[in-house]
Amino acid sequence: MTFYGLIFYVLAAVTLVSTVLAITRRLLVHAVVYLIISFFATGLLFYLLGAPFLAALEVIIYAGAIMVLFLFIVMTLRIESSKKSARETFRRWFPAILLGAISLLVSGLLVFEAPGSRMGLNARLVPPAVFGRYVFERYWFPVEIASFLLLIGLVGALYLGRQEQRPEEGTGG
Amino acid sequence: MMVPYGNVLLLAIILFLMGAVCAISRRNLIMILIGVEIMLNASGLAFVGASLKWQQFDGQAFVLFIFAVAASEVAIGLALIVYSHRRTGSVNADHYNRLKG
Repeated sequence: MTFYGLIFYVLAAVTLVSTVLAITRRLLVHAVVYLIISFFATGLLFYLLGAPFLAALEVIIYAGAIMVLFLFIVMTLRIESSKKSARETFRRWFPAILLGAISLLVSGLLVFEAPGSRMGLNARLVPPAVFGRYVFERYWFPVEIASFLLLIGLVGALYLGRQEQRPEEGTGG
Repeated sequence: MMVPYGNVLLLAIILFLMGAVCAISRRNLIMILIGVEIMLNASGLAFVGASLKWQQFDGQAFVLFIFAVAASEVAIGLALIVYSHRRTGSVNADHYNRLKG
């Protein structure tokens, strides 16, 4: 195992453990903080797999913007934490985990039977300038669509988050 | 030679299924949204690994668009959660039963 391989497995372990911790926490703030660790490790994995620009974006957008947005919403809303019995918890988690395990088994067999899956990856760094030139030469139209999608997201969030109208407040109480 | 390509794909699959399990079994709307985020992130990891295997930049370009989709999805999703919390006073998916007669 090479040095880069060792780093890959350490980062993979960090990602998996923090994701498991995140999806099993009852308190939402804990879940979000564990998820920030998971996204940091994923960003480092992107860097290891030769995408430094995407690694920066992962930390800025996912760990920075999206998770802080989640944190704000969690702190703004009053969220009741419901205590469930062990049997109830088991009944909710068991089908999902069973289906997930079956899917993991099948797709894992599929991946390792596929030709070329044992082939080692060679480390190669794509400089951000080269990547940006490639994106704007080959994918300029999807970039425009993505910007339009973000605009729609902004407008939709503004529309949904606006205050109720005055007359409604007066009559509705 | 770093790691076999299958290991990267397997990591992405495990992360994706974790997100799916979270989205299926939790009742809290915010946790469901977090599960969807984990799934999108895992698909990005698979794209980056494939991009390195075939030495093409297309996979990385797609991850860029996945980021855009994830950001707008979270903005709309959280706005919807706040909106429905204002209406019903709850973020539990089981409590949205007003259509029941």
